[in-house]
Amino acid sequence: MTGPRATTRTLWPWLIGLAGLVVLLVLPLGLARYGLYILSMWAVMTIAAIGLNLTLGYAGQVSLAQGAFVGIGAYAGAIATTNGLPFIAGLALAIVLCFVVGWLLGYPALRVQHHYLAFITLAFSTLAFLVFRNEEWLTKGIYGITDVPRPRIFGLSTDGPLAFYYFCLASLGLVSLATWWLIRSPWGRAFVALRENPVRALSLGVDTRRYTLIAFALGSVLGGIAGALYAPLVEFVDPTPFTLTLSFNLLMMVIVGGSGFFFGPFLGALISVLLPEWLRFAHGYYLMLYAIFVMALLAWSPTGILGIVQKLIADRRTRRASATRAAATATFTAEKSS
Amino acid sequence: MANLLNLLISGLATGAIYALVAIGFTLLWQTSQTINFAQGEFVMMPAFFILAALHAGVPFWLSIIFGVLISLLLLGLVFKKALVDPMLKHGVLPIAIATMALSIGMKESVKEFFTAEAEPFPSLIPAGNVNIFGVEVSLQSIGVLVLAIVAVTALNLLLNRTSVGHQMQAAAQNPTVARIIGVPVERMILYTFLINAGLVALASVLITPIYLAKFSSGEVLGLAAFIAAIVGGFNQVRGAIVGGLLLGVIDNLGAAYISTQYRGAIPLFLLIVVILFRPQGLLGRAEERTV
Repeated sequence: MTGPRATTRTLWPWLIGLAGLVVLLVLPLGLARYGLYILSMWAVMTIAAIGLNLTLGYAGQVSLAQGAFVGIGAYAGAIATTNGLPFIAGLALAIVLCFVVGWLLGYPALRVQHHYLAFITLAFSTLAFLVFRNEEWLTKGIYGITDVPRPRIFGLSTDGPLAFYYFCLASLGLVSLATWWLIRSPWGRAFVALRENPVRALSLGVDTRRYTLIAFALGSVLGGIAGALYAPLVEFVDPTPFTLTLSFNLLMMVIVGGSGFFFGPFLGALISVLLPEWLRFAHGYYLMLYAIFVMALLAWSPTGILGIVQKLIADRRTRRASATRAAATATFTAEKSS
Repeated sequence: MANLLNLLISGLATGAIYALVAIGFTLLWQTSQTINFAQGEFVMMPAFFILAALHAGVPFWLSIIFGVLISLLLLGLVFKKALVDPMLKHGVLPIAIATMALSIGMKESVKEFFTAEAEPFPSLIPAGNVNIFGVEVSLQSIGVLVLAIVAVTALNLLLNRTSVGHQMQAAAQNPTVARIIGVPVERMILYTFLINAGLVALASVLITPIYLAKFSSGEVLGLAAFIAAIVGGFNQVRGAIVGGLLLGVIDNLGAAYISTQYRGAIPLFLLIVVILFRPQGLLGRAEERTV
């Protein structure tokens, strides 16, 4: 597998990113309550997908458990805040819990790889769902936890949909910056080494054991953060959203956007969360269209949409380079013959 | 004691159905490295093909034949040609994810074009109990068990006693060498896809009368077949059989004697333990592993 590169020397990604940010800041001002809810959901799911992208896209460890971590985070946040603790305590609980569980789930990754790892994380995901559903003393089972309060940030209430949206967006911004820094740090380099050639990484002195565990734990933590935001966003937490389907969906977001690309999860979550709302007229057919789209996309480009973009850019560069070379050769031969 | 025997037999019956689905799953993996996350939906679909024919007024027997043919066409031929073939060159993960998308697509189409409700489904086997050594055992369980055994025996005979079967095994074990000695590998792979389609269609006919036809019924079944295949051994047909039967029995006994709430958890624990300590499965051969 040729790894997608996160570094592109052109200014384009930055310009597109900046334009996207402006849209994200201005657009909500004209949106109704439901629109804001969907945009906030996009921000939350993007955070979870960024986490999975870290585990899968950068470190190359297949995980079908990200949905379970969103669930763990959501329950941690909801249980803490409905018992009178501040949001930040719930968030901290979610982070610590997901870090520890993610770390432990990383251990199987040390023994088995690829599809076996997918199966283990799949089993874990289903187990987590059973715990959410059955441990009524803690999670209130199928009745769910109602009235999850929205946080106050620096004394400001985020009860309103617009305020909470900006809160989600700010969280997404912080997570993105942290991830951006992380993948450029030695840790990020080690993750990519792990994905590309674990044996070589090991021989070069990268502690693959430790980095595999860290990749799992950090990816899970981002899932937990997304969950801690999900709880106050929906203001209700029950087991149904955290089935295996959520893990599948998050995996598809990462793959559709482009796994191993920094902006992949943003795009993938956009397609998965926002598009159904815009395609309301298609109603129930939407998911069918989405499924067909995903299959066609994967057949065409397994590196997702950004993979296609990258290929187009690379093709154009090659063409330009060969044009320059042809021109140079032409001048050279012309000079020689004269 | 009577209760135990009953639980054992009904567990074996469910397990036999899991085994059918798991065998198809392992066949696809062996011949084309396809991990089919839509295998559960593959079991759900034939029931609806048959129901569609029934609703159109076709007699039951003819509907079953119709359902099986459509399954062979769509879940065998079209699945291979349209989805697996174009993606094979990209490796294991893209196919796996594409089948996840496929499972969503199948569930949604049934929900949208057919019904979101659970539909009753006529049974091949008459209801009632038979008396075995003084224990009342449901005819349903016995019938399922017998039909599954017949199917598996036929498959085994095909694989081990016929030339086509030997060619299929050769194609699965070493496609390059198989090709050199003149085995039409491509056609053999197509046969395994058709066999898989046939197996899921049979499983569908056997299990749907018990659990009703519903768009979401594939989720549980797919997971069970999955676990059965891995526990038994991912690369062996007999592994899938043992895994399926074991899972059916454990599931039933676990629900009766340990916890109904966590009956779903017992197979999962089994799965995790097996993957960690014997990743090739109880009966499987070790595959070469990366790292």
